Amino acid sequence: DPDRKTEVVLLACGSFNPITNMHLRLFELARDYFHETGKYKVIKGIISPVGDAYKKKGLISANHRVTMAKLATKNSDWVEVDDWESCQSEWLETLKVLRYHHQKLLSADVTNSLQDAVPITKLGRKRKQEPNRHEPIKKKNQSPVLKSVPQVKLLCGSDMLESFGIPNLWKLEDITEIVEKHGLVCISRAGNNAQKFIYESDVLWRHKNNIHLVEEWIPNDISSTRIRRALRRGQSIRYLVPDVVRVYIEQHRLYSPESEDRNAGVVLAPLQRNATDPRSSQALN
Amino acid sequence: RSRIPVILLACGSFNPTTNMHMRLFELARDHLHQTGQYQVIEGIMSPVSDNYGKKGLVSARHWVAMAKLALETSDWIRVDAWESEQDTWTETVKVLRHHYNEALRAFQSKKAFTRNKHPTESSTGNSFSCQQPVLPELKLLCGADFLLIFYIKEIVEKFGLVCISRAGSDPSQFIQQSDLLSKFQHNIFLVREWIQNEISATWIRSALSRGLSVKYLVPDSVIAYIAQHVYTAESEHRKKGHLLHPLRLQNTTIN
Repeated sequence: DPDRKTEVVLLACGSFNPITNMHLRLFELARDYFHETGKYKVIKGIISPVGDAYKKKGLISANHRVTMAKLATKNSDWVEVDDWESCQSEWLETLKVLRYHHQKLLSADVTNSLQDAVPITKLGRKRKQEPNRHEPIKKKNQSPVLKSVPQVKLLCGSDMLESFGIPNLWKLEDITEIVEKHGLVCISRAGNNAQKFIYESDVLWRHKNNIHLVEEWIPNDISSTRIRRALRRGQSIRYLVPDVVRVYIEQHRLYSPESEDRNAGVVLAPLQRNATDPRSSQALN
Repeated sequence: RSRIPVILLACGSFNPTTNMHMRLFELARDHLHQTGQYQVIEGIMSPVSDNYGKKGLVSARHWVAMAKLALETSDWIRVDAWESEQDTWTETVKVLRHHYNEALRAFQSKKAFTRNKHPTESSTGNSFSCQQPVLPELKLLCGADFLLIFYIKEIVEKFGLVCISRAGSDPSQFIQQSDLLSKFQHNIFLVREWIQNEISATWIRSALSRGLSVKYLVPDSVIAYIAQHVYTAESEHRKKGHLLHPLRLQNTTIN
């Protein structure tokens, strides 16, 4: 029964500096995984590039990163780019971005439900008057209140999962809420440490049913760091990033030894913020 | 500054052409350019003939068509259908000889052409064509496993190999241990692929028959083509029972 499936939205947060084919593959792998379970239907993918206030070394302006992500997803019918996070003047915790998108879905859902609820009687009447019309009655119109809300899940690679263990990078209460209220989809290479990492953390273990580990059989190491390195050395990045992104990078000469030096010596925003917060010293294990 | 012009030739089934196949060309070109001695002028993708016997192969004209679509955006790599149009499997060295002869023919007509022109006139673009045209070298682009193939002598002697290997594997030791290979090591270029991206065409075909996504691993145009000429579980088993032809690029990155 297709209406019993839980709807899922995949949200990927990160620098996307620049976006690569690997980032895009994560979405495809996650969607295939959820569909194969028979219990979920992935309705949307969202790429949310981090704001400049993140202060990561080598991070170029959000404008470019958002534009490249948009170019890369132009011909995708389900993955889109959201620039809300990148427009904020302060760095935002990933949990806040998750909450924002969850809330956005909720209000969209309520609006849709209200719109769907209105024509029920009209439709019923129409059917009586015109029995030959082949308009199917949408099941969900009949009980908008009972329809389950789409879940927003954080999509990531095993590097983000393991970054939960880096002191002061994440707040323990944030990690808890992410896995408890939303969920994690972690794509990693077969034979990786993700399962072990989850096992060794009480918080993650408690919510392991909401942490979906997806194995990636095609080793795919196309990290943005490597792309930037190749560009600095005048090496080709063709077929590692979408062609439109490569062309954009070339036209705007985005990456250089100078751009890589941006934010050198500056403390990463979450480390800065959490260093002054006593709650962050709580260990993940 | 006179760099030796080089043509890179890759043989394989390209069933289908993936982003990784095309990456190999890019890597090889970068590597040769960075030696300062070579100028890669052309890349040729040569899909194998239909009569191969390996499980899961669909007809050669599809491979050629898909390679053409995949290479649409490339300004230096092209697909050549000569090998695929042969009645039977062609030894790699014969494919090399054929393309070498073609390049020689082109070179000779270009040489005759420039001889007839005024000596101060130069043709467009290339650094080497300002003077007399230089005969290009033809090198085979392959994975490191190709080094294991026994009939490699003429290839390393007359042509040359550009061998792509994965980060973590190092064929240079293997070359040192072989008399033949170490004799011609000046003509064996080892390129390390640091950005791991092993898109096996076999896996692609499995994924397709299971309805899984291959987007961003294979060009969109190729995916669209495949949707019209579907890889089904049927075609995977079509060649079962046939004897496999002599090993060629088996388990290498090109396949």
